Amino acid sequence: MSTTSNTQPRITSVAEVKAALGDRLVDSFHKEDLWLRVRTDAWKSSMQTLRDAVGFHYFCFLSAIDWMPSPYGRGEDDPTEPAPERDTTIRQGYAGGETRMQVFARVTNPVTHVSVVVKVDVPDDSLTIESIHDVYAGANWHERETHEMFGIKFDGHPDLRNMYLPIDFEGFPLRKDFPLLARMVKPWPGIVDVEPLPGGEIGEGEES
Amino acid sequence: MTMLGDRQQLSYIASQAADARLNLELETEGMTLNIGPQHPATHGTLRIIARLDGEQVVWAEPACGYMHRGYEKLTEVRTYPQVTTLVNRIDWLGSFANEVPFILAAEKLMGVEAPTRAQYIRTILFELSRIANVSLFLGDLGVQLGAITPVFLAFRDREYVLNLIESATGGRFHPNFDRIGGLKDDLPAGWIDETRAVMKKLRGFCDQIEDLLFGNEIFQSRTRGIGVIPRDVALQYGLSGANLRASGVDWDLRRDHQLPMAWNKADWKVWTHPDGDSFARCWIRLQETRESTKIVDQLLGSIPAGPVMAKVPKIIKVPEGEAWVSTENPLGEMGYYVVSRGDLGPFRVKIRSASFNNISITPWLLRGVYVPDIVTILASLYFILGDIDR
Repeated sequence: MSTTSNTQPRITSVAEVKAALGDRLVDSFHKEDLWLRVRTDAWKSSMQTLRDAVGFHYFCFLSAIDWMPSPYGRGEDDPTEPAPERDTTIRQGYAGGETRMQVFARVTNPVTHVSVVVKVDVPDDSLTIESIHDVYAGANWHERETHEMFGIKFDGHPDLRNMYLPIDFEGFPLRKDFPLLARMVKPWPGIVDVEPLPGGEIGEGEES
Repeated sequence: MTMLGDRQQLSYIASQAADARLNLELETEGMTLNIGPQHPATHGTLRIIARLDGEQVVWAEPACGYMHRGYEKLTEVRTYPQVTTLVNRIDWLGSFANEVPFILAAEKLMGVEAPTRAQYIRTILFELSRIANVSLFLGDLGVQLGAITPVFLAFRDREYVLNLIESATGGRFHPNFDRIGGLKDDLPAGWIDETRAVMKKLRGFCDQIEDLLFGNEIFQSRTRGIGVIPRDVALQYGLSGANLRASGVDWDLRRDHQLPMAWNKADWKVWTHPDGDSFARCWIRLQETRESTKIVDQLLGSIPAGPVMAKVPKIIKVPEGEAWVSTENPLGEMGYYVVSRGDLGPFRVKIRSASFNNISITPWLLRGVYVPDIVTILASLYFILGDIDR
């Protein structure tokens, strides 16, 4: 079955969602799925509206994206050579954006099964947005995870302790400028498989 | 039903009492109990820190992170075909089901659709991994509550399913069989008849478990009315799968999402339960295993002929865009939000795993319960550690 067959009910909901959000909606994008971008200062109230007025009661997930391309590429550089220059121009995805970091969440209407992805810009200087844990209780842990991995602070969150990393861990692992150390200390062999076959010559290709 | 009502009321009173005592700043009797990270009463390495007042939990929180492997970061330095090897290890009891949504998301971005035969085989393998996963749950459930026999039955019968998965894909636990555009290989000869025989055995296993466990009076009194999750709370916390359907929400992604898979070619039922307690969650899973065997049986008879692989380039570059695909995995809704920049590998992948949301309700749910019920509630929520930490 084609994925475009249920476009019709989604289009009707696009108008409904846009009308409910009014001027809090900055931008939107519609292609099989619906992406919305709301004003940073209206993040919580927009989610509240989506839940109460449009019926998106089911909380799917919340996370963030760092839109700056990684200065380390895909970790395939030779550590003995000087690092190549890379284009790190920030370019946002669907529904646009103005900041390097964006938080996005997906919520669903459990009756009509229509879902939206809601994005919001996170100000570059303060890296703080409102917490929505009292709109969607499930956002509590997702915000903790996002805080830990991206260093984004959530105003009004009761408890932003680390979930995974040690308390004294420095840096934010999912930011693009956080290097993947495993790839830094031993170069990745790349697409060519250089593992010697069993019974083959021992050590062949291992020094590369 | 009257019994359920009484229990609900009792648990409410208990939680109120616990709150009241907490407000007195836990003056004397408070005690902190640490369960895990290595403890027979928890699955894997989940650690629960519970503050108790007598036998009652005042405050509890799971401590995650003992198995965080950083898959979201790792996907950023891998190519698309390499990612399936990683995501296999998220929910290791139903590995094939983890690969499918990621591959579907990549296919969606590329505008590729797998041939019909591949869609059927994917669906069959998907359901087989669900049966392997949930049958272990049904056995394990008994162990958690003090019944030893079911686990032997579960391990015996799960082995049949794992053998099937192995003979088709080459891997018992980590098949890594799904490819962008189809499947690695076709089914081996004689596989279909073998699968039919196994499905019959599995239905027998479900009947046995129902007799042994679900009809057991001790089991019933330990699960009925324990850990009740109302519909609204379940939705707010993003519970999915059997946990959500046990709270009365009639929603199954296999039926309600339009995906290029073959679920809509079979006739099966989505079960819901109005109670929302531990018993309901376990009961739903038992029924779902039965439904899965039905789906597999029906699809086996109608697999169309044809190739199992669409035409895709040898080096896969995915066009720029963003896509979200989720499927109804054994544990619940599992989805991938893939952001592509037209490169060999993804720019960002957000992995939405079911257990993370399912377990995030425990601080709310465990308040006011008695210590032995912690085990019941955790067992009935059913999580896989790798699925929480990713």
